Amino acid sequence: MLLGRFDNAAVERARLGIVDAFAPIMDVVSRPVSAVNALVRDFREVVDLRSEVARLTEENDRLLQWQTVARRLEAENASFRALLSAKTETSSFLIAARVVADAGGPFVRTVLLNAGRRDGVAKGQAVVNANGMVGRIAEVGERAARVLLLSDLNSRVPVVNERSGQRGVLAGDNSEWPQLIFLPNQAQVQPGDRIVTSGHGGLLPPGLPIGVVASTGDGAVRVQPLVDWHRLEFVRVVQYDLQKLDGAADGER
Amino acid sequence: MSDTVGARLSQVARNGTPGLLALILVLFSLAPFNFPGSAQLVPPLALMAVFHWGIYRPDLLPGPLAFILGLLQDVLSGGPLGMWAAVFLVVLVVTASQRRFFLGKMFVVEWLGFALVVPVVFLANWTIGSIYIGAIVDPGALLVQGLLAIAFYPGLSWLMSIVRRMVGRI
Repeated sequence: MLLGRFDNAAVERARLGIVDAFAPIMDVVSRPVSAVNALVRDFREVVDLRSEVARLTEENDRLLQWQTVARRLEAENASFRALLSAKTETSSFLIAARVVADAGGPFVRTVLLNAGRRDGVAKGQAVVNANGMVGRIAEVGERAARVLLLSDLNSRVPVVNERSGQRGVLAGDNSEWPQLIFLPNQAQVQPGDRIVTSGHGGLLPPGLPIGVVASTGDGAVRVQPLVDWHRLEFVRVVQYDLQKLDGAADGER
Repeated sequence: MSDTVGARLSQVARNGTPGLLALILVLFSLAPFNFPGSAQLVPPLALMAVFHWGIYRPDLLPGPLAFILGLLQDVLSGGPLGMWAAVFLVVLVVTASQRRFFLGKMFVVEWLGFALVVPVVFLANWTIGSIYIGAIVDPGALLVQGLLAIAFYPGLSWLMSIVRRMVGRI
């Protein structure tokens, strides 16, 4: 019954084969559902149009100020980099994919994507959407992949507190807000701190936005992800450090 | 000659309908519905199909087919492998063995029967799931999922009885 627990290679292959075979069908089945979702969303948007415009105008004003700041910092950074002759960050490449199954049920938090090995997806890669990080690739088939969401019980992501620079690990526990663990003693975490990936381990690019600290009480630091779990439709898989990936592929051959 | 071929084809189509319907329900219940908690709350629609066909036409939804459908649900959802496979099989066998009791009764009896099956199934799932992930699963989501399954049963059962009459008539 609990065959899946044994990590048997044959079982794993069979699972992936089935997922692969059904991914195109799931793609078709999920389309009408997506259409209805879009319709509901459109309707809500029309209802909230006025307040939305007001909110966006205000946000736009704020972002314009930030743009000025960002431009200045970018120029400053470039000049510092030139002074230090520091290496620029490794490039990353994004693979677009659609969520075809919102699977999991009460035990695991995963989704299925309609992109797989043939599209360049590999195990361990980060999955993001417009808001921030969604999760990591856990299983890859030829044309489908399973994403372990940040909220899953088995999800562990090395992160850093953007404000204080302290490192930790973001651990899912099947609730919507994952926990921040392995923080240094007397860690200074405040609600509202932004949490981003630290890039430790080399598989994830550093600085991917994840969420903000929501609460620090009860000895547990909870992070509210930037991603809205209920609006996952289009995501991107981050192919990071292409050189290293190419090298690994060469080594396998 | 062509008449018998046509008859055989229609026979195959009729016999395959319940299985195909259950397959569509498995896939549909895993579609991304995008409402809060959808992945946790969408009830296992194929369970209703297994129960319904177990009462009325167990010959069209045999045990091995129910097992395969459950296995598919397990694999696609990424949950404990074999959990739904075992549940579908057991529910089918138990229902089919009690079908004489349900046949010819009012729909409420059938619905009550399903309402009795659901808690047993979800208790089993909760136990298996908790062992599988090595932690206690929050029973709240399962409870709501179970209640939704009971609430959705009449509608789906009605649809399936229409299909059943079509299958039986041709």
